[in-house]
Amino acid sequence: MSRSARTPRLGLPGWVFLPAVLGALFVVLPLLAMLTRVDWAQFPALVTSESSRAALLLSLRTSAASTVLCVLFGAPMAVVLARTRFRGQSVLRSLVLLPLVLPPVVGGIALLYTFGRRGLLGHTLDVLGLQVAFSTTAVVMAQTFVALPFLVVSLEGALRTGGQRYEEVAATLGARPTTVFLRVTLPLVLPGLASGAVLAFARALGEFGATITFAGSLQGVTRTLPLEIYLQRETDPQAAVALSLVLVVVATTVITVTRRSRVAP
Amino acid sequence: MTRRPHPSRPALVATAVTLALGTVGCGGGSGDSTSKGSPTGSSSREASSTGGGPSGEITVFAAASLKKTFTRIGADFEKAHPGAKVTFSFAGSSDLVAQIQQGAPADVLATADTRNMGRVTAESLTTAPPVVFASNTLEIAVPAGNPAHVSSLADLVQPGVKVVLCAPAVPCGSAATKVEQAAGVDIKPVSEEQSVTDVLGKVSAGEADAGLVYVTDVEGAGDAVQGITFPQSSAAVNSYPIAALKASRNAALADAFVQAVTGAPGQQVLAAAGFAKAP
Repeated sequence: MSRSARTPRLGLPGWVFLPAVLGALFVVLPLLAMLTRVDWAQFPALVTSESSRAALLLSLRTSAASTVLCVLFGAPMAVVLARTRFRGQSVLRSLVLLPLVLPPVVGGIALLYTFGRRGLLGHTLDVLGLQVAFSTTAVVMAQTFVALPFLVVSLEGALRTGGQRYEEVAATLGARPTTVFLRVTLPLVLPGLASGAVLAFARALGEFGATITFAGSLQGVTRTLPLEIYLQRETDPQAAVALSLVLVVVATTVITVTRRSRVAP
Repeated sequence: MTRRPHPSRPALVATAVTLALGTVGCGGGSGDSTSKGSPTGSSSREASSTGGGPSGEITVFAAASLKKTFTRIGADFEKAHPGAKVTFSFAGSSDLVAQIQQGAPADVLATADTRNMGRVTAESLTTAPPVVFASNTLEIAVPAGNPAHVSSLADLVQPGVKVVLCAPAVPCGSAATKVEQAAGVDIKPVSEEQSVTDVLGKVSAGEADAGLVYVTDVEGAGDAVQGITFPQSSAAVNSYPIAALKASRNAALADAFVQAVTGAPGQQVLAAAGFAKAP
């Protein structure tokens, strides 16, 4: 009693808990409701069927590939946006972040009219002997398109919060821009880069609209787990529920594992 | 020492949980009531009892492939029945059936196949046995100009011809499997799409060289797509059944709409869109 009187209270106002709990329930309850619909006796058979395994493997492979692409292109994009100033920068940032708010189907249509056979670059790609449509490459492209902004946003935030002091010191000590970037900037924002990559991976894993519009749906080639779930729902709702659970578990595992490894030193 | 700074907090959390569960309970309850009652509310009940032909509001759940024709039939129906209002929900047949089984507000259901309608009649959710009001057959759809020079079903197995089909799990896909068997060909598609719209989209964009879609889809797609008929299409004739639902509180208007679809005015609109008569 005496202790709580002396230390200044920094607690939250009590009423905050009401909407917070309601909000949490709104997210958690549907997941629990899904659990109640899982046919546990059939579960192992449903999730290990050939089509399920093919879809899960394809999802993991393509999401990993698109995460790598997101890091390779997104990190430089974030650095340019955070560390330079030029005319039209805010417009450019809005455009880059557009896939965040765009319905994925729209992204798929846009990709189709760019990289499709009759698209903007389709003819050029055809001459080079590259056919993107209906290939696993198309899946990776669709996932990268929707996931890239997640990485750029996280990393740009980390770069801005981190500030430029250490970079300036390194530059004064004679380090070249490349050295500063690789030895000072990147190590400092590594946690931001990691969380951005995790977000991008999770987004890629859940990608549906752009994939079905741009890449098509064929077992082992373009039919990722979300597409398989949607298709199974047509004939076998039990299988769809079982696979949904697998997707939830995979996504949760990825997020918790990376969070923990970042929190623990 | 272990006392919390805010003794009221656990109580608040408990209140929140109770409230939330209460809300959930209410949600479930109202969901139940909609499955039994009509969503269109009191207005339809009052209006339907005023006499002088059925009026009020109904909601029609119809297969996506019926969008153009049913919108037209609905507009004509509203003209013929002053005071009547028809609202449509267009989606894939299996989606519609799943929604109705979960208590979605619908007065009339029209599906693109008898199998999905069977799932509704199996639960005795219709007022009368469904009536088949139209049928549809498959056609080869190719992009304008027919770049891969497709002229028959056999051409679809040529190497280098990119063919898109519906997945066997969806109605248009099972129809495709039937015609393949009838023709003795084994098409290797580059993609098995979720719906006939997805197949048509890939063809009209020129991504695919050919696809199997319904005659009516080719009719509705305009100049971007050309249709090629083939004799084996008779192996898979798709029937479209319609039925009024027990959940409807405006049974008179629901029945009147079913009659409009199966009768002369509806049949004319359907025939103009390329639908064949009920087999």
